[in-house]
Amino acid sequence: MMGATRTYMRRRATNYTMIALCGLATLAAVGILLLVLGYTLVHGIAYLNLEFVTQTARPLGEPGGGMRHEIVGTMVLVGLASLLGIPVGLLAGTYLSEFGGRVGSLVRLVADVLTGIPSVVVGIFAYAVLVRPMGTFSALSAAVALAIIMLPVVARTTEEMMKLVPQTYREAALALGIPRWRVIVSVVVPGATVGIVTGSMLAVARIAGETAPLIFTALGNRFGFAGLGEPIAALPLQIWRYAVSPYDSWHQQAWAAAFLLVMLVLVISVLVRWLTASRHG
Amino acid sequence: MARPQTIEDQTHGRAWRSLLRRPASPGDRLFQGTTLLAALSLLGLLLAMAAYLFYVAWPSIARFGVRFLTGSTWDPVKEVFGALPAIYGTLLTSALAMLVAVPVSLGVAIFLAELSPRWLRAPASFLVEMLAAIPSVVLGLWGLFVMAPVLYPLEKWLASSLGFVPLFRGPVFGGVNFLAGGLILSIMALPIITAVVRDAILTVPAAQREAMLALGATRWEAISQAVLPYARSGIVAASILGLGRAVGETMAVTMVVGNGYRLTARLFAPGNTMASKIATQFNEASGLEINALVELALVLFAVALVVNLAGRLLVRWTVARAAGGGQ
Repeated sequence: MMGATRTYMRRRATNYTMIALCGLATLAAVGILLLVLGYTLVHGIAYLNLEFVTQTARPLGEPGGGMRHEIVGTMVLVGLASLLGIPVGLLAGTYLSEFGGRVGSLVRLVADVLTGIPSVVVGIFAYAVLVRPMGTFSALSAAVALAIIMLPVVARTTEEMMKLVPQTYREAALALGIPRWRVIVSVVVPGATVGIVTGSMLAVARIAGETAPLIFTALGNRFGFAGLGEPIAALPLQIWRYAVSPYDSWHQQAWAAAFLLVMLVLVISVLVRWLTASRHG
Repeated sequence: MARPQTIEDQTHGRAWRSLLRRPASPGDRLFQGTTLLAALSLLGLLLAMAAYLFYVAWPSIARFGVRFLTGSTWDPVKEVFGALPAIYGTLLTSALAMLVAVPVSLGVAIFLAELSPRWLRAPASFLVEMLAAIPSVVLGLWGLFVMAPVLYPLEKWLASSLGFVPLFRGPVFGGVNFLAGGLILSIMALPIITAVVRDAILTVPAAQREAMLALGATRWEAISQAVLPYARSGIVAASILGLGRAVGETMAVTMVVGNGYRLTARLFAPGNTMASKIATQFNEASGLEINALVELALVLFAVALVVNLAGRLLVRWTVARAAGGGQ
């Protein structure tokens, strides 16, 4: 009887210990997130001001200055990459959802694998394909690299969202004698719009902070936007360069820039969550 | 496998497919052709990546052959390039990352799928997913200015008290080293491992744990002996995908791993990974060094391809098995 009780006590202790450890792991994961967000927000707000957004970088030693060029550069890059990546991604996702078959199954796997290809490799690829032949670093090559990173993300979310549109909708439309392409454009796409928009927004959030591919393509530019065939400045690139520099004033600017990036990602994530929640609710 | 077909299956599969085979209108053909082209562009991209990386890397491949993978000097002046320290750095930091991230992610996934109160489940999942959305360069900034200074005294203490273990041998310089790189990578691998494991656990039939609980098992016994074995392949797939993330991650690890290039077991030594070597070296490189860096990217591409292919196929197999009722 004593033995049985002891076994039971031990089992119960193990049970509670392991449950506590699982809870602790979750606390740690959430804690790290809050720490990173907290530091970025606190440091960022301390160094962020109107000048940071409207002024350009000053020479070392002179106080003030900002990242206007970098902010404009990131907006140009993200916009151009979206223009290139989202339409192709939408079409590819449409094929996966509406036509599929054996080709679709292969492409789906390829899209998942592409999502896992390191962004640094995508950057080197854009360098090999565009920068080397053109002989110059350029905004265009950077936008292409970012578009390649967006493409599989947009394609897969589009597919998932279009598959959520009930099959009966398609059949009802087909029964009216409407051609298939028209059914997809006028019935399936409107039904999946919210999902497709949120998927594209998540892809934008992902590339806005991408740094590695820009090293080999955008390069950076101290003199502002000079056209798509020229090097271009970008916020994440400047965060990295300033962070590894030895100057305190540059570190502060890096934190302020990080704050902007994190705010962008936060706003998009919360917006996406709100959009998807209101659709299900 | 022999699951009875529902009406939903039949309409989704057969009727729809037969419509596909019907001679289509020109508009349909154009539409399908356009979308097919877009879908095939993904395949084309993957193939083009392999081809172009190989093409630009060729001068380095032809010059060094296998010595590129086994050599340990990187000397732009003498034009001798060996990638072993970078490959080793990637292996070491990724192993460290897995060592930390896999158990923690398992705990988080179990909590989210099995233990968490219902009201906490969605917000907690959202927060863990947010971790994946933080830009790598911001995490690197945090690692460099917040994490590394916190680790530094801890590392000095470890080096002075456990310095006889090769892993912990000093000297320690400022907390920017292999250990910091591994820890940052563990943070980046955590969300994807957690998400895949959680989904795997959620596919485990309720009867599986109920049977165990009915026999008088504690909650943990039900989880560890009935749920986790069932989700085993999902856990393996999750770890593989997390490894893929860790191997290819660039900016954050570049900022905290230091910039050393030596083969050493010391965790407190500054190092490099394949990705960080490419990122830090590229803008100062010219001539053959560029080809060598592209070859490094080619190696990284090959590793990422194999790891992700394996992970994804395993995920597919797991999902298919769960949908088929399981064996």
